[in-house]
Amino acid sequence: MTDSEIKSTPLAPKHVELGAKMVPFAGWNMPVQYTGIIDEHKTVREHCGVFDISHMGQFIVSGTQAAAWLNQLLTNDINKLDIGQGQYSMMLNERGGVIDDLILYRFEETSYFVVVNASMIDEDYAWMEKHLVDSVSLENHSDKYAGLAIQGPECQDVFAKLFPNITLPPRNGIARLTVEGKDLWVCRTGYTGEDGFEFFCPAVDGIEWLTSFVQAGAKPCGLGARDSLRLEMCYPLNGSDLSPEKTPIEAGLGFFCALDTDFIGADVLREQKANGPKQRLVAIEYTDKGAPPRAHYKVHLPGGPEISELSSGVLSPCMMKGIAMAYLPADYAKVGTELEIDVRGKKFPAVVVKKPFYKKG
Amino acid sequence: MHDVPQNLLYSRDHEWVEIDGDIATVGISDHAQAELSDVVFVDLPEVGATVSSGDSVAVVESVKAASDVYTPLSGEILEVNEELSNDPALVNSDPYGAGWIYKIRLEMPGETDDLLSASDYESFCS
Repeated sequence: MTDSEIKSTPLAPKHVELGAKMVPFAGWNMPVQYTGIIDEHKTVREHCGVFDISHMGQFIVSGTQAAAWLNQLLTNDINKLDIGQGQYSMMLNERGGVIDDLILYRFEETSYFVVVNASMIDEDYAWMEKHLVDSVSLENHSDKYAGLAIQGPECQDVFAKLFPNITLPPRNGIARLTVEGKDLWVCRTGYTGEDGFEFFCPAVDGIEWLTSFVQAGAKPCGLGARDSLRLEMCYPLNGSDLSPEKTPIEAGLGFFCALDTDFIGADVLREQKANGPKQRLVAIEYTDKGAPPRAHYKVHLPGGPEISELSSGVLSPCMMKGIAMAYLPADYAKVGTELEIDVRGKKFPAVVVKKPFYKKG
Repeated sequence: MHDVPQNLLYSRDHEWVEIDGDIATVGISDHAQAELSDVVFVDLPEVGATVSSGDSVAVVESVKAASDVYTPLSGEILEVNEELSNDPALVNSDPYGAGWIYKIRLEMPGETDDLLSASDYESFCS
């Protein structure tokens, strides 16, 4: 990808003003950090941080048949959602492999707000359009919104400073706020393991809202901390931990698959669920200090053969220890299995542990 | 601005070098540590190894990325800063002092001619 193809979010000038180090991510020029990943990471765990998520995609799906249609495309059961509620879900190919993971909100009786990964906007849209039926409307609003994720135990205080008369929607809920005639969306969700909300506003107002959230006490945080926070919680990152070659059952996301509904890929998942998957995405933790694990480093049995490679890895800022995820053959995917991670020819001992790595308190 | 001590030489890969006879001490510059931020691990060279200028001899790792340290000088690794195994953040807090990485006995002292002076390095970074 050349520089000219790299897109900037509406907030880019503000990131530079706030001292961000900018890097390309998924085709976007994004802040990787401001003061430092460890500092930002701990701020989100202990106080409150704000992330630019404007690169993520937003679709609106509506029509009387929208629910039935979405239930054929997505793993989770839309009929469980009341108005104002949201759910994590995935869109699969015919082999049961993950095209994308997403969050879907039912914001009106027959209208749904879908938030998808930045790198997958075009592909998701093309897949959905290919399967579209006459009675359903699909609109891509990705360029219309700026998005912010406000995350951390103090997020309610930050919200209250800007919206003193409004309460946040409940966990996984969505609320539409109208401020000066403009629609804002507030979704009580996140990707950090902390309490938090995601906030979508018209793109032109993005900088103003970011500035307001910072003034209200949210510290600007970059993609570096976003990645270390989500990995401490074992939240998968599409393109690393999820792929068209891996199913949600293998990824340990069966909870989000309503196998009694008939979505694309469901038959493969039912078979895997019945017979057990051949591989599983596991959490791996170093047993001692060592060079931080990173994606694509090889996983070995102790003193033995290579059995896999890491899909994600980082030095956990909360535990100051290497943490990673990898798909391992089912026989080796049990908690307690001893492994070695090969870092530039040196082997560091590690063990399969229970998810997530980070537990509150 | 970043600190660039006058008495040191610098490589274009952002290592600093302090020459004492035929022995040089090498670390990474203030500019380099600031770019990396939060150094969490340093993979040190092997004492006794013979290296050539341009070889990757050490790796300095932040939470996000691993960066190679390329030796700007050829020779034998005499000593490494073991303290960095316990406290890698010394590279951030004191890059030109307690954050030094290795000492090398120069095999080709003429190689220092290729290094930058403090003022040239400052222009190189700006």
